[in-house]
Amino acid sequence: MKRDLALKVLKQHVNNEIVVAVYQTLFDWMAINPRDLNYVATGAMGQASSHGLGLALANPKKEVLVFDGDGSILMNLGSLVTIANAEPKNFHHFIFENGVYEVNGAHPIPGHKKVDFGAMAKAAGYRFVTVFSDIETFESEVAEFLKQPGPAMAVMKIEAGEPYPRDYDTIHSALVREKFRRALQSS
Amino acid sequence: MSVNKDVQHPSGQAIMEALKQASIQFIVSVPDIVTSDGLLWPISKDPEFKLVRVCKEDEGVSICGAMSYNKTRALLLMQQTGLMDSLNAIRAIGIDYQLPICMMVGLQGKEPHKLSSQSSSYGVRIIQPVLDAMQIPYRVIEEPEDVQHIATDIEKAYQTSSTFVFIIGRAPV
Repeated sequence: MKRDLALKVLKQHVNNEIVVAVYQTLFDWMAINPRDLNYVATGAMGQASSHGLGLALANPKKEVLVFDGDGSILMNLGSLVTIANAEPKNFHHFIFENGVYEVNGAHPIPGHKKVDFGAMAKAAGYRFVTVFSDIETFESEVAEFLKQPGPAMAVMKIEAGEPYPRDYDTIHSALVREKFRRALQSS
Repeated sequence: MSVNKDVQHPSGQAIMEALKQASIQFIVSVPDIVTSDGLLWPISKDPEFKLVRVCKEDEGVSICGAMSYNKTRALLLMQQTGLMDSLNAIRAIGIDYQLPICMMVGLQGKEPHKLSSQSSSYGVRIIQPVLDAMQIPYRVIEEPEDVQHIATDIEKAYQTSSTFVFIIGRAPV
């Protein structure tokens, strides 16, 4: 499944939700669906899921979608247990699994083709876990996945699609954080 | 952590009142032996606080930072070992992103009657120099009267969207 095609499908389901995304998935998402409620400043090191949890707990009436990476979540596996324990119903966690640290030289992640992220989430206590491997199934079932009460995880078996520019200056800028703050407080 | 009767210790109840005065709603924590009995256990039983138990302290930095975007106030309660393990998250989320990350850090291994700079523990002695190097403001909470500054410090951290650390040098009682 091409990542950009999956993100274009997701765009059709995103309206007023908070979207937390990382690395190449973030850069692609920013190009495909630029919006102020995109949360882009996670500080790297696998912290997207924890930012998403903080947003979900502080904004219980808003849906939070986390577009995580496989290498990223490997750096913060404990967060799966923390999230499951906190039981945020408004938390949907997508793991974009391509098997490599794409923006850092495309080196393989530890455990590629061995590690099972869905099984990890289920064992941690997530309420619902599914895996999407092709765009047709994803397109037909993503709406149902988003209706599941969180914490829920969708493992996305993806490969790179169209390469969108890696705009680090924007994601680390004060302006984009301020835009998110204003959008959140007015939504 | 044992209580040394030759010195005064801060009141855990007074610290909790100060946190409430500062509108702290969420306590995010990995247990710390210095603050366990006097703070974390009482906080866990206080319905005015929402406790988020995290597996690792850097999760807490992100949670507190994310919560601040809609003005929700949170405190990360941990041991200095967790602070040291979270320095990159604090650097990125607290300092680079200018978010109000308020932390309360128990100094495990510090002798209650000594200044931390005079501690026999390397892990204790380096905490203030590390915070100085990172240009992170902090306040040492050891004497009962130190607690009176907590609410003001938190208020200032949120008003200025900046990081602040309370170093708990004696176990709250």
